[in-house]
Amino acid sequence: MNVRPAPLEAGNPGMVSIARRQRFEDIFFHRLTQAFSLLVLVALLGIIVSLFINAWPAFQKFGVEFIWRVEWDIINEEFGAAIAIVGTLASAGIALLIAVPLAFGIALFLTETCPTWMRRPLGIAIELLAAVPSIIYGMFGLFVFAPLFATFAQVPLQKVLGGMPLIGFLFGGSTNGFGILAAGIVLAFMVLPFVAAVMRDVFEIVPPILRESAYGLGCTTWEVVRNVVLPYTQKGVIGGIMLGFGRALGETMAVTFVIGNANRMPTSLFSPGTSIASTLANEFGEAADFHIATLFALGFLLFVITFIVLGAAKWMLVRAEKAKGF
Amino acid sequence: MEFNQALYRSRRRSNLVGLSLSMGSMVLGLAVLLWILVVLFTNGLAALDWNMFTKSTPAPGTEGGGLANAIVGSLMMVGFSVLVSTPIGVLAGVYLAEYGDQSKTAELTRFVTDIMLSAPSIVLGLFVYAIAVATVGGFSGWAGSLALSLIAVPVVVRTTENMLRLVPGSLREAAFALGAPRWKVATLVTLRAAKSGVMTGLLLAVARISGETAPLLFTALNNQFFSTDMSKPMANLPVVIFQFAMSPYDNWIRLAWGGALLITLSVLLLNIVARLYLREKNPV
Repeated sequence: MNVRPAPLEAGNPGMVSIARRQRFEDIFFHRLTQAFSLLVLVALLGIIVSLFINAWPAFQKFGVEFIWRVEWDIINEEFGAAIAIVGTLASAGIALLIAVPLAFGIALFLTETCPTWMRRPLGIAIELLAAVPSIIYGMFGLFVFAPLFATFAQVPLQKVLGGMPLIGFLFGGSTNGFGILAAGIVLAFMVLPFVAAVMRDVFEIVPPILRESAYGLGCTTWEVVRNVVLPYTQKGVIGGIMLGFGRALGETMAVTFVIGNANRMPTSLFSPGTSIASTLANEFGEAADFHIATLFALGFLLFVITFIVLGAAKWMLVRAEKAKGF
Repeated sequence: MEFNQALYRSRRRSNLVGLSLSMGSMVLGLAVLLWILVVLFTNGLAALDWNMFTKSTPAPGTEGGGLANAIVGSLMMVGFSVLVSTPIGVLAGVYLAEYGDQSKTAELTRFVTDIMLSAPSIVLGLFVYAIAVATVGGFSGWAGSLALSLIAVPVVVRTTENMLRLVPGSLREAAFALGAPRWKVATLVTLRAAKSGVMTGLLLAVARISGETAPLLFTALNNQFFSTDMSKPMANLPVVIFQFAMSPYDNWIRLAWGGALLITLSVLLLNIVARLYLREKNPV
């Protein structure tokens, strides 16, 4: 005797066709969204390949040597990337030297000392600093910061430190407010919010029990941060710093306005220089033929450098995220 | 054991120094933001008048003029790139959130998207120059909005994914239990639940690309005259500000400040609105 009711679905042709249609729709939707997400990968490959193809004449002529040739002579078509690379690394390095301690201070303040009701508005204010377009930083640097910097920083620094042996040369050159150091300082305030935001986020993942145990042992806030929070979030902090470095390397407008745009190897902190991005912004419009290829070569180098730095940053942050489990 | 007064004092001192420095850096950060805003307002408000919105950019050496062509050009290019990057970014975000847990491609995509978020925008401009400007058509508004889309898509992808991941799993499971196919769950349940978050992502993307200058230098170029033809070089606020700020003419510099104020205000406003909107809809 069979008491089970006959399975309705199995025999019903309408049901079967609906199920089939839905399975087809599902596969279609899966593949469609996948295709769109693959577009991002395609774009990345396209960027690398097209930059390299367009840069090929320059690499062909100068070889790998292009990277360390100290020459940028448009008329005689003698090109090398060294001046721009040094300018890029120096300005980004200075930016980090200034931004990292400040970002650490801000993150510490937002996670430890700040009253709870002020955390959100202050956090948003710092994020707004990140939202200000880079061209605004550039204009600010050109019209407001550079003149002040010349009178109140460059002149006194040169007077006091310019004559010192060993480090005196760093403060030589003209004091017109533009140059590597000025660009580094403006950049510092551009990357500051990014580094601070990452640091604040990783500081927040420290399990409260760790923090509370340290406080319970009688640690001061400073000791908790120094000996518990920082070691625990080391990877995330380094990731955040590298993220800021990647940002600083590729920043165009803010740097172009204040770096001085001179195709000479910088000899001091005050001497004008150029970064890869600012060279591109200044020269691409008037470039022709071979000059364009060399600019593409610069762009290719910039992309490769930032890709490596940002990739490393991301890797550190992912590892920090995984460690969160506790 | 005797209480070590000296050690206690030195610990308190380093705590005080550390915390004051930390508070000092917070104050410095806020002061810079405030300083930039004050400078923008004092210089920008002087330039803000009706002519700025009705007249086109002046020729070198002529008086007056405005930014009408640049404002319209910027709006058109930003608008178009939002139209392009919304479907791409949202669908890619859906893939990463709904199907992306086990797949290696999704992991790679996520990694690449995060890098593209911070990739130097001037290089994206070079790329668009290479594929769109040098090969077909020359400088155009289309090329400009393509470059802007390249910047906007990663922003939309990542916020969409993050917002979809905030949707509770029970909501998905409930829909699956009713026999809904996966695509219906994704579009009608999770995407709908995360609607305000996705909108926030779009607003942030608009804010991000409105101020981008570098990628437009070699793609949209600039245009001194009023034009709504996207296949021709197109005026846009950031590039006009760049050119005018570097120029020797007083009225150009004044207009550059006006444009700078306009851009910054809209970008900051978009950011604030996006954040308030998100908080109002999901008060977590």
